Amino acid sequence: MKSLIDILDLTTEELDELIATAQDIIANPAKYAEACRGKKLATLFFEPSTRTRMSFEAAMYELGGNVISVTGAASSSAAKGESVADTAKTVSCYTDIIAIRHPKEGAAYVTAKNASVPVINAGDGGHCHPTQTLADLLTIYREKGRFSGLTIGVCGDLKFGRTVHSLINAMSRYEGNKFVLISPEELKVPSYVKKDVLQQKNIPYVQTTDLEAVMPELDILYMTRVQRERFFNEEDYLRLKDSYILTVDKLKNAKRDLAILHPLPRVNEISVAVDDDPRACYFKQVLNGKYMRMALILKLLREAGQI
Amino acid sequence: MNIDSINNGIVIDHISAGNGMKLYELLGLAELDCSVAIIKNVVSQKMGKKDIIKVDADIPVDLDVIGFVDPGATINIIRNGSLVEKRNIEMPERLVNVIKCRNPRCITSCEQELDHVFKLTDREHKVYRCIYCETKAN
Ligand SMILES: [Zn+2]
Repeated sequence: MKSLIDILDLTTEELDELIATAQDIIANPAKYAEACRGKKLATLFFEPSTRTRMSFEAAMYELGGNVISVTGAASSSAAKGESVADTAKTVSCYTDIIAIRHPKEGAAYVTAKNASVPVINAGDGGHCHPTQTLADLLTIYREKGRFSGLTIGVCGDLKFGRTVHSLINAMSRYEGNKFVLISPEELKVPSYVKKDVLQQKNIPYVQTTDLEAVMPELDILYMTRVQRERFFNEEDYLRLKDSYILTVDKLKNAKRDLAILHPLPRVNEISVAVDDDPRACYFKQVLNGKYMRMALILKLLREAGQI
Repeated sequence: MNIDSINNGIVIDHISAGNGMKLYELLGLAELDCSVAIIKNVVSQKMGKKDIIKVDADIPVDLDVIGFVDPGATINIIRNGSLVEKRNIEMPERLVNVIKCRNPRCITSCEQELDHVFKLTDREHKVYRCIYCETKAN
C-alpha cells in the first residue's frame, strides 16, 4: 500500500498491524522519538481543519520528523489555478509524505496518482476521512479489546456523516457485530450503505429514532453532530440539529462498559456533564487519532523505503 | 440512403428499444458527415422491439460505449455489400471519457483536464462508479 485514500484500502491484517504499532507507541514512546528523523511531512490543507492538521503535525513531531504546512487555498497556488495533479508533483519534490485535505471528493485520489511520495487522505469533502476511522477503531480496540461481537449504535446525522459510513464499512468486516442506526427520519443512513454493505454481508441492523429505547443494548455509542454545511436551507438545519442530545440522565440505562465516541468537534449533542462519566471516550479518541497517524506515517514511509 | 443496403459501414443491431438515441449521442454519430439511420421499435422475434443503427461508412466505433449502454447489442461490419464481421459486445471494466460524473462536489467538476473515469463495480446490476468520488453513473 503506497497511499491511504479510503479506509478499505487497508486489509484487516494491515489494520491489525497499525493497531499493534499504535499500542507499542503508546507503551514505549521513546522508542519512536527518532524514527522519522530527517523526514518531512507536508500538510496540504485546501480547507481549514485545525484539529486534523494539528494531529498530523503532532504525530510527525513525535516521530522526530519535520512538517511543512500549507494552509488556506487562497494563499496557495490553487488560487492561481494550479491543478491538484501539478500541486502533487511539486510538493513531492519537497517532502517525503503528504497529508491532504481538500473540499472536493476524489482530490486525495488524484494527489496519490500524481505524487511520487505516499499520500494520506486527511478528508476529501464528504467522501472519505480514513484517519478519523483509524482513531475510532483504535478507541474501540482499546476500550473493548476486540472488533467482533459488538452492538454498535451510531446516532445523529447518518445521511451525510462520512465518518459513520466509514465506521460501518470497517466494522462490517468483523464477525458478530450488530448495528443500531439512530437518526431522525430525514437523516437516515443512505440506502446504498444498507444495500451494498449491511444487507450484502448479512449484518444485522435496526433503524430507530429513539436513542433511549435502544441504549441498554449498546456496547459502543458513536455520536455525530449535524453539520450546517451539509444543508441547503437553514430551517432544516435548525430543526434537526438538536434531535439527539446525550445527557447523564439518558445514560442511566446504558451498560456499565459502554464506550461513547464522537469524532469531534461537538456542538451540543453531548452535554458537558457527560465528560466526567468514565464511559466518555471522545477525548481519548483524539489522542488515539494521533497515535494511529504516527503508526500510519511509519508504515507508509517504511514501505516507501524512506526509513 | 437505402437503409436496407449498406456497401461499406456498420450496423448496430439488437439494441434494446429506446437505447438507440442514447447510443447515437454517446457514440458521437451526430458529428459524422455520412448517412446515419436510427430505426426505432423494429419488431423482433427475439426481443419484441429493438432499435437498429446503420452508419454508411467504415468508422471506428467505441465498443466500450456500446457495452456500457447496451451489452446485448451486436455489431455487423459490412464491406462491399456483404457482412464480413460480427462482434458481440461485453460490458467494459472501465469507461474513460464516455460519460461525465454528475456529482457537483466531485474533483472532476472543477478540474477540466481530468479524465472522467468510471469503473464497473457490480456486473450483475450493471453499476458503474466514478473512480474519484464513487458516485453511481446513471
Ligand atoms: Zn465523481
